[in-house]
Amino acid sequence: MDIQNIRNQFPILSRKVNNKPLIYLDNSATTQKPQSVIDAVSNYYTQINSNVHRGVHQLSQLATDAFEEARKSVQEFINAKEHHEVIITKGTTESINMLAWSFGEAFIKEGDEILVSEMEHHANIVPWQMLCERKKAKLKVIAVDENGVLKMQEFANLLNSNTKIVSIAHISNTLGTINPIKEIIDKAHKLGALVHIDGAQAVAHTALDMQELDVDFYSFSAHKMYGPMGIGIFYGKEQLLNKMPPYQYGGEMIDQVSFTKTTFNELPYKFEAGTPNVGGMLGLQAAIKFLSDIGLDQIKTYEDELLNYATLELQKIEGFRMIGNSPHKASVLSFLLDEIHPFDAGTILDQLGIAVRTGNHCAQPIMDKMGIPGTIRASLAIYNTTEEIDALILGIKKTQQMFL
Amino acid sequence: MNIEEIGQEIVEEFSMFDDWMDKYNYLIELGRDLEIIDEKYRDQQHLITGCQSRVWLSAEEKEGRIYFKADSDAVITKGIVNLLIRALSGQTAEDIINDKLDFLEQIGLKDHLSPTRANGLSSMVKQMKLYALAFKAKKG
Repeated sequence: MDIQNIRNQFPILSRKVNNKPLIYLDNSATTQKPQSVIDAVSNYYTQINSNVHRGVHQLSQLATDAFEEARKSVQEFINAKEHHEVIITKGTTESINMLAWSFGEAFIKEGDEILVSEMEHHANIVPWQMLCERKKAKLKVIAVDENGVLKMQEFANLLNSNTKIVSIAHISNTLGTINPIKEIIDKAHKLGALVHIDGAQAVAHTALDMQELDVDFYSFSAHKMYGPMGIGIFYGKEQLLNKMPPYQYGGEMIDQVSFTKTTFNELPYKFEAGTPNVGGMLGLQAAIKFLSDIGLDQIKTYEDELLNYATLELQKIEGFRMIGNSPHKASVLSFLLDEIHPFDAGTILDQLGIAVRTGNHCAQPIMDKMGIPGTIRASLAIYNTTEEIDALILGIKKTQQMFL
Repeated sequence: MNIEEIGQEIVEEFSMFDDWMDKYNYLIELGRDLEIIDEKYRDQQHLITGCQSRVWLSAEEKEGRIYFKADSDAVITKGIVNLLIRALSGQTAEDIINDKLDFLEQIGLKDHLSPTRANGLSSMVKQMKLYALAFKAKKG
């Protein structure tokens, strides 16, 4: 794989920050966009912009066809059985809120239980918490061990016939842990519980197959997989989606309206109120092509190599403490340096042109559990190099010197 | 000295630094020099939350002037807290309310006070001004 060739496709990677060449290691927050994605969005607005699904005119037809083609690209990419199982949202957070509300209305009653894990980010905690408050249901939390690994025995103990849904991250944004989702899905199904997987951190790093996983719901965002912001996917099994009420009302999701009775459109439109982000969807399609052209297996192999190199080299630094040591990890390196506050370290690294994330990563519960105020997080993508890891290591050493 | 004069003094101090490293080394030094806040003020009531770093602030009034004490868990934030206290503590409520802290822009640290920075500093300045307003209102 020619990394330089891949890097060349990302215009932003050649810019400078604080007069230093940008070293972008904040890919778990959002990835940069290749020229093909930027062009797809730009071409949409320069060539075919018009509202979808309702115009008889040529442009509307072109936009509608392009939009529905893009939906099919997503279907293929995640191997969903039906294209109408692919619901278009504005991102993972909206997907999970939609699920929690709509699923909750259809299936949750007093005394039911919902399972999440300690390593979830806020978007996969709070919608469930609010649902439980509304319906007098119980939110149960699967603990994580000191390495950041989900306690599977505890999961088995918590799972019972009252469990209606399990909602777990595929990959933790803070710890990098890859959860054994197939095992979770199979165990939950045996007891009649459904499973939602929050795939925000997984989709750019590992191949997905909805049918093989037999997962009931799966959410992800385009912007974490080289696509545009403001577009995301909510996958659900057809027979479940059909039993769930719409989350929002208006636009294409309506079938018939009168002031006494309104009926709703079919899947997927039932869940797509208002004008969709067509440009964003075409950007997502281009991002899928970008990923597929390289191949997710190739990407995983390269990123694993990079992760192993970084893990090995970083751990040689005195005072370096990795947070999250699961044997199954994606390319996320969360760490602390001596007693240096993550904000201080992040500020100095930024001056060196190195973009990392600091803070609690919108995952306060896991930070509290580990007894730390936050971490410094370097998260890697396909365009990162070992030279950039070396620069990070130099930057860390310089930071340590400044706070000695 | 009034706030503007102190601000000018700070600008002169920072003009000696040629590069960002010297500047940040000095901020770290200032952070470490910040007078230690009484432990009783490091509580929930005095906490100003930021997602990145936390700041604690207390204020009291003596003879028409307001005195601040503050602390943070991050050293660079503490360094900037030190500058803010130096400029604003011991001034009149009126001056604190009206000052725009232009010196921070001149020394290139204004962006640390952006509300989006989430380090607690922007909320701290707001809180300092609110204290000043409250003292002024109480005095009538």
